[in-house]
Amino acid sequence: MKKIPAWLLWLLPAISGLIFVALWYGIRAASGLQSWILPTPVEIMQAAWTERSRLWYAAGQTAWGALGGFVLAGGLGFLLSVVLGVSRSLRASLYPWLLVLQMTPVIVLTPIIVLWAGPGLPGIITVTWLISFFPIVVNMTQGLVSTDQNHVALFRMCNAGRFQEMLWLRVPAAMPYYLAGLRIAATLAPIGAIFGEYMVGNSSGGSGGLGFLVYSYNTQIKIPALFATALTSCLLGFIFVAAVSLLNWAVLHKWHDSFEPADH
Amino acid sequence: MAAPNPIVEFRAVRKRYGVGPLVLDGLDLALAAADFASFIGPSGCGKSTVLKLVSGLSPRTEGEVRVAGTTPRQARDRQAFIFQDATLLPWLTTQHNVELPLKLRGDPAPLRLAKAWEMLALVGLEKIGGYYPRQLSGGMKMRVSIARALTMAPQLLLLDEPFGALDEMTRNRLNEELLDLRAQSPFTAMFVTHSVAEAVFLSNRIFVMSANPGRFHAEVRVDFAYPRRAMLREQPEFQAKVNEVSRLLHQVEEVAPV
Repeated sequence: MKKIPAWLLWLLPAISGLIFVALWYGIRAASGLQSWILPTPVEIMQAAWTERSRLWYAAGQTAWGALGGFVLAGGLGFLLSVVLGVSRSLRASLYPWLLVLQMTPVIVLTPIIVLWAGPGLPGIITVTWLISFFPIVVNMTQGLVSTDQNHVALFRMCNAGRFQEMLWLRVPAAMPYYLAGLRIAATLAPIGAIFGEYMVGNSSGGSGGLGFLVYSYNTQIKIPALFATALTSCLLGFIFVAAVSLLNWAVLHKWHDSFEPADH
Repeated sequence: MAAPNPIVEFRAVRKRYGVGPLVLDGLDLALAAADFASFIGPSGCGKSTVLKLVSGLSPRTEGEVRVAGTTPRQARDRQAFIFQDATLLPWLTTQHNVELPLKLRGDPAPLRLAKAWEMLALVGLEKIGGYYPRQLSGGMKMRVSIARALTMAPQLLLLDEPFGALDEMTRNRLNEELLDLRAQSPFTAMFVTHSVAEAVFLSNRIFVMSANPGRFHAEVRVDFAYPRRAMLREQPEFQAKVNEVSRLLHQVEEVAPV
């Protein structure tokens, strides 16, 4: 791949963003749509400023639900993958049911989740976990079974046990896969938390997160504020993705080919 | 061919993978402790499979394989395997890669560290213990791989085309280094290669194999005394041996269908 200079990496998205905003204004002017149907970016920023304290507080609430669900998904996803990676028969017996769980619409499960996990934060965390842990398990399991066969042979030649092979070979080899799964999960976690707040949190009066704001702005037809809420949840998602990118760098930059080696 | 106490012994060995065709047929072999045996032949002749049978990574189908008087798997702690690519773990530093067999055996950390540096010094790489594999050249990686294999002080070293991916100069130098290492801590070697010159330089016995199924077509004895030096390659006797093995190789390649 050809290397792109750093300044261009910043300039290119700025240019495409500007084009996008210009298109937005163009459509608004050409269509004659009103502010409460298609607000302009400036109107959205104004709404964000007016609603800043509510948005800030709500983002904080949502962050807890998203973080809880994400950490749970990362931890349980890791453990479940190791269990699936241990043996072919375990994989065969559990994987179809995992798919079934993933294909069940979370919206169908929400009443059950409220019933079992309780309303408020526990329910929100459960919904977030459900939405974000599947890509982690799929990626990590794929990583655990994709180990270089020569490396496996090397471990066999050293009389390594299954546990040693898992700990010192399969798990480290699967780290790039696990981190790729975490990255997808990081984008899903805030979405999951907002959805959870919308579906679960409100049934008990709500925890006041972004999902609750969506509900409240919608009923008040405050459309610019709704856009501002969407923007806030994007920012929250960016923070999650940035955190995973940092983790990714910390784990992989010394040895993995996705990072350039240091000169020496 | 009969050695008094063979370290590796094949009796009427046959091998097929699953329900596939015969890969190896009717192999008889007896290697003495002092042997450096090379296996050469057209691709698909099963020479790598021979090493897999000795290491126990793959079971024989018929016949008997004995290593150091016992089964291949029971003799594993006396053998080490060097693969075609260096098979270093990319997330470990050179030093930790060399330590790996000792770690898997459960040796304590200070002992491992000492042994790792000793081995790295032996292959002339004590300065790069902290480097990751991707920072090393192909030749350096292979040296690390050899150092790792030698940490266990194996009686038997299995090498599956270890220098096949290297340029000729590096390959020649590593050939010389391998013989030096063997002079310091003796081991029996089973060496799979495509290079006739390499086989002649290293071995005292060369097994030329034919394919479909793999059989020993001929054995060539190479009686140049060890230690062998680089200039051996320029001797007419050396060239004559290379020609002899090449002729045998042409015979089996004419027979082979591919």
